Amino acid sequence: MSTRTLEWIIERLLFLCAALSVLTTAGIIAVLAFETYEFLHEVPVLEFLTGTEWTPLFANQRFGVLPLVVGTMLVSSIAMVVALPMGLLAAIYLSEYAPSGFRRIIKPVLEILAGVPTVVYGYFALTFVTPLLQQFLPSLSGFNALSPGLVMGLMILPLVSSLSEDAMRAVPRGLREGSYALGATRMQTALKVVVPAAFSGITAAFILAVSRAIGETMIVAIAAGQQPRLTANPFVPIETMTAYIVQVSLGDTPQGTIEYRTIFAVGMLLFLMTFGLNLVSTWLRQRFREEYA
Amino acid sequence: MSKQMDLLFQLASLLTLVVALAALGALVFDILSDGASRLSWAFLNNIASRNADQAGVYHALMGTIWVITLTGALALPIGVAAAIYLEEYGTRSRAAHFIELNIANLAAVPSIIYGLLGLGLFVRLMGMGQSVMAGAATLALLALPVVILSTREALRTVPSSIREGSYALGATKWQTIWNQVLPMALPGVLTGLILALSRAIGETAPLITIGALTYIPFAPDSVWSKFTVLPIQIFNWVSRPQVEFKTNAAAAILVLLVLLLSMNAIAIFVRDRYQRQGRV
Repeated sequence: MSTRTLEWIIERLLFLCAALSVLTTAGIIAVLAFETYEFLHEVPVLEFLTGTEWTPLFANQRFGVLPLVVGTMLVSSIAMVVALPMGLLAAIYLSEYAPSGFRRIIKPVLEILAGVPTVVYGYFALTFVTPLLQQFLPSLSGFNALSPGLVMGLMILPLVSSLSEDAMRAVPRGLREGSYALGATRMQTALKVVVPAAFSGITAAFILAVSRAIGETMIVAIAAGQQPRLTANPFVPIETMTAYIVQVSLGDTPQGTIEYRTIFAVGMLLFLMTFGLNLVSTWLRQRFREEYA
Repeated sequence: MSKQMDLLFQLASLLTLVVALAALGALVFDILSDGASRLSWAFLNNIASRNADQAGVYHALMGTIWVITLTGALALPIGVAAAIYLEEYGTRSRAAHFIELNIANLAAVPSIIYGLLGLGLFVRLMGMGQSVMAGAATLALLALPVVILSTREALRTVPSSIREGSYALGATKWQTIWNQVLPMALPGVLTGLILALSRAIGETAPLITIGALTYIPFAPDSVWSKFTVLPIQIFNWVSRPQVEFKTNAAAAILVLLVLLLSMNAIAIFVRDRYQRQGRV
């Protein structure tokens, strides 16, 4: 074999490995779509998307996914109330105020916070945060949306702060100096010049954080309960989409039954929600990169 | 006045960091105080048991080591090959751009979705069953985007003069990559691999979804064995109402964290050596 052919073969092989990522996406869509299609044969799509009762594992089966979606939204909103403002403030501090020595120490520590396995956060939420909160809120149940929401916010904070900080540090120095020259303080410069200039990058970080919260599984599976209910009350047990998939996976649900297919239908919904958010986030980040390229 | 506002704002921003670190401190303290007294050789050498005080993590620890090793063996060659293609070959092609966009999006797909893919594709369609192989293949897909991204960064640090020198001596493109570029990028590649694996080692949801059983009283002896891993054992113990099992969960978390820390320490060591060697 000539060197030329060999080089050609190698290039094709490398391309195949790179293309595997596209196949992975295609595989995800195919697997989810196939089972979801079968599921929607038995349950009308309207009943699935707008029904308010979710009881596939009971004798009286109802397939309204809204309680799971609302449960997911509830926990994610609580997480965002923690992660977005705190992450942004932390990013402003790291990008605009912190001495470089302090930054070099604090950033790896934040990375540790992001690297802790989520099952560990679940343990923390269930055995530490919930009992702690119950001392102030006696009506809080042992399983609830509040405690996993708060812990999830803590878990996502490093993602928000590090991506927002990257966006703010990419803002050219000249903009800051112009602001100082006009007599603005550091706070005014940070809030009125740097944050608006980094807006699309920060928004991209926020959207990615929301997508992360929606897909987070173990914290809610451990600490939020397994009771799908349509409520905005953060003190009572609920169930999220991800926790439902875990619940079914733990039991022996035979393949081909409608119960088995529900996890793919719920998974499809979860995938579409997060994939949509990720696309918007990628698009915003690319636009941001072009602004200051 | 505005100066005081500025100071106040600075303090408030700093406070968010302090709160985050305090929470991390509380987490570590909580787990240490719950689980440290439960750690012993017996805990590492015993298998799961219905009696909390006789239960151990041997089977789960072995399962984790099997799965993670195989995950690395699958993700490393494919990830490096994909990164080489994107960085050295297809830099300007439209297909490469599409693949890049795809990888960025895949990196943000929730891990439980990978579990559903693994269940539908590896466990059912390919008939791997709930084996170490199916688990590792699922985790490898999950780890690939991270391996690809870090390998690309490592390849980018190799100066182009190295490649030009090699071409000038008559080497082909692949010879240049294999003999010059890859060896120089290797420490960076390995650091990225270890970091990707230290992510994968804590993954619970995808392995639960493919049906890795939670009560397996033996360690795997081949890639086709059924298995359980540390995070699943932790989840199993946490979900039980008895406090003794929660103590076991805390102790198992400590084992998992020690494993994670040592992997990160290796990554830092490799990166550090690399930096001290300097670039040519």
